Amino acid sequence: MDLAFTTYLVVGFTFAIYIGIAIWARAGSTKEFYIAGGGIHPIANGMATAADWMSAASFIGMAGLIAFMGYGGSVFLMGWTGGYVILAMLLAPYLRKYGKFTVPEFIGDRFYSDAARIVAVICLIICSVTYVIGQMKGIGVAFSRFLETDYATGLYTGMIIVFFYAVLGGMKGITYTQIAQYCVLILAYTIPAIFISLQLTGNPIPQLGLGSTLVGTDTFLLDKLDQTVQMLGFPEYTTQTRISTLNMFAFTASLMIGTAGLPHVIIRFFTVPKVKDARSSAGWALVFIAILYTTAPAVAGMARLNIMQTIEPSPGQYLELDKRPDWFRNWEKTGLLAIEDKNGDGRIQYSADPESNELVTLDRDILVLANPEIAQLPNWVIALVAAGGLAAALSTAAGLLLAISSAISHDLLKSTFMPSISEKAELNASRGAMALAIAGAGYLGLHPPGFAAGTVALAFGLAASSLFPALMMGIFSTRVTREGAVGGMLAGIGITLFYVFQHKGIMFVADWRYLEDWGSNWFLGIEPNAFGVVGAMVNFAVAIAISQWTPAPPQRVRDLVEDIRVPMGSDVVHVNH
Amino acid sequence: MSHLSEASAREYWRRNKALMFKLGLIWFAVSFGCGVLLVDVLNQIHVGGYKLGFWFAQQGSIYTFIALIFYYSRAMHNLDKEFNVEERD
Repeated sequence: MDLAFTTYLVVGFTFAIYIGIAIWARAGSTKEFYIAGGGIHPIANGMATAADWMSAASFIGMAGLIAFMGYGGSVFLMGWTGGYVILAMLLAPYLRKYGKFTVPEFIGDRFYSDAARIVAVICLIICSVTYVIGQMKGIGVAFSRFLETDYATGLYTGMIIVFFYAVLGGMKGITYTQIAQYCVLILAYTIPAIFISLQLTGNPIPQLGLGSTLVGTDTFLLDKLDQTVQMLGFPEYTTQTRISTLNMFAFTASLMIGTAGLPHVIIRFFTVPKVKDARSSAGWALVFIAILYTTAPAVAGMARLNIMQTIEPSPGQYLELDKRPDWFRNWEKTGLLAIEDKNGDGRIQYSADPESNELVTLDRDILVLANPEIAQLPNWVIALVAAGGLAAALSTAAGLLLAISSAISHDLLKSTFMPSISEKAELNASRGAMALAIAGAGYLGLHPPGFAAGTVALAFGLAASSLFPALMMGIFSTRVTREGAVGGMLAGIGITLFYVFQHKGIMFVADWRYLEDWGSNWFLGIEPNAFGVVGAMVNFAVAIAISQWTPAPPQRVRDLVEDIRVPMGSDVVHVNH
Repeated sequence: MSHLSEASAREYWRRNKALMFKLGLIWFAVSFGCGVLLVDVLNQIHVGGYKLGFWFAQQGSIYTFIALIFYYSRAMHNLDKEFNVEERD
């Protein structure tokens, strides 16, 4: 069977499963639409959270980043997992106890203010929308590469699938499809990794393979990798720092608190029955995430070595241009891989020196996708990787779209502007908001605005600097006031946007930056992507300072805070508003 | 309203915070400590093909995070029982 046919078969099969779930898991009430009825088992929720969390960036992008950043890429591994410890201890159990539907709802009630609720909705929408654009692009790219459709057709197909289960089933449909999507993506990620680890080291467990010796030698894989990259003039793989130790520290911290503050992740913990389930479910989520995240560094190191050994099979013996493998030619067609025989010797030289380097383009994103081809794995494995990439992008897109649509239908419509609408009307409104959100995300995926490139910086920076501090202070302090919370959120986002814009351009239009992108004007040498932690500290400081000068929160709010700290009686809601 | 007296509610919250602080120290030590600040020192030690600091940054910290969450979850479950604040079925 040829590759295109196999890929259609595998991807078509997974899509049939998602649609089947959509028809089976329709939502009949707002509680089902927003939080899947609140009865999801903690292990099932952990699996759904893992799919919700691991996006196209985790599945396709991360191993490629690590492969070229070496040790410096560890910021993503620690940052995107360490956030779950914060979530499990500092946020999830208390927000679950609070027992409502959305993140802005908690902020609005705890800070007894519609202004705080609306600021939270705005933060949520900005960070979720920038994030969802990346997923839509991922869907379009995966389709166009593997199914040989054009980008737009791929995007529309993805939108229709998401429309089916997200509009019909809300959180209920999304939860069950995410569980199926997790199974697809984790198989797609680990199977090629196991094969490649076996080929290189003889050890089937990639996490151990990365620390093993190469087959038939006494040389450790990582030592060989260090030697090879250094011979080509690159920095040593296992010690290559991302800019500076302080920058790595700030980057890791920003990703951790950004992770804990992302609304589409937090709302997943509203779907479990009890407070104790929210705690353990975070642990299960991290187990399922860790299966991919501990495999990723092995994929990264092994793929980097594989590519270099393809080009230079033995020292000084470079690959002949005419004998380059098929996967090389396939990826050249996409423009993500390009070679230029500069010295005209008919061979490909790869080097850190841009003057003599002949592998002129090597896009980081192709690493995971090309991995099975590089390792000469059978077609069904390549097809599975395509289905896995699509599952990762679809599951995250659906989670983000639910966070956006519930903020619109519940926090803006029901809680702020039309408190009297019936449940049935709200359910219809939430379906309408979901359909609009899908259409909007699709439009932005087709016409990505200039700021799409800054997705990661903005989404994590905003979540870290606005929502996380407000949530944490809402739980851990009875003294922080509405003025403090609103001031803190605005100051936190404000300074983070200011810093990102000054180096990346206003609204990420590069011509509009007023300081250089890369360089000496960085605050303490911290890159814009890593600035969220500074924004968060500003948020905390401003909120606490303003709270000293404004009247203490009313007694009912202090009672609410005392109440969410204790699991007992999580069915009872004490606050009337 | 909860049946918990104010004094025992305060004690429950204090015990919870003490536990978070203790686990938070470990969380900080394995990631920011072993994985970032002390990475060069730990890299002098080799475990198999891994330099130890590199291993903490790309593997060890993640395994520790999992253990921390499950430990917290179990310890809090016991604390809930001790203060009789578990949720009813």
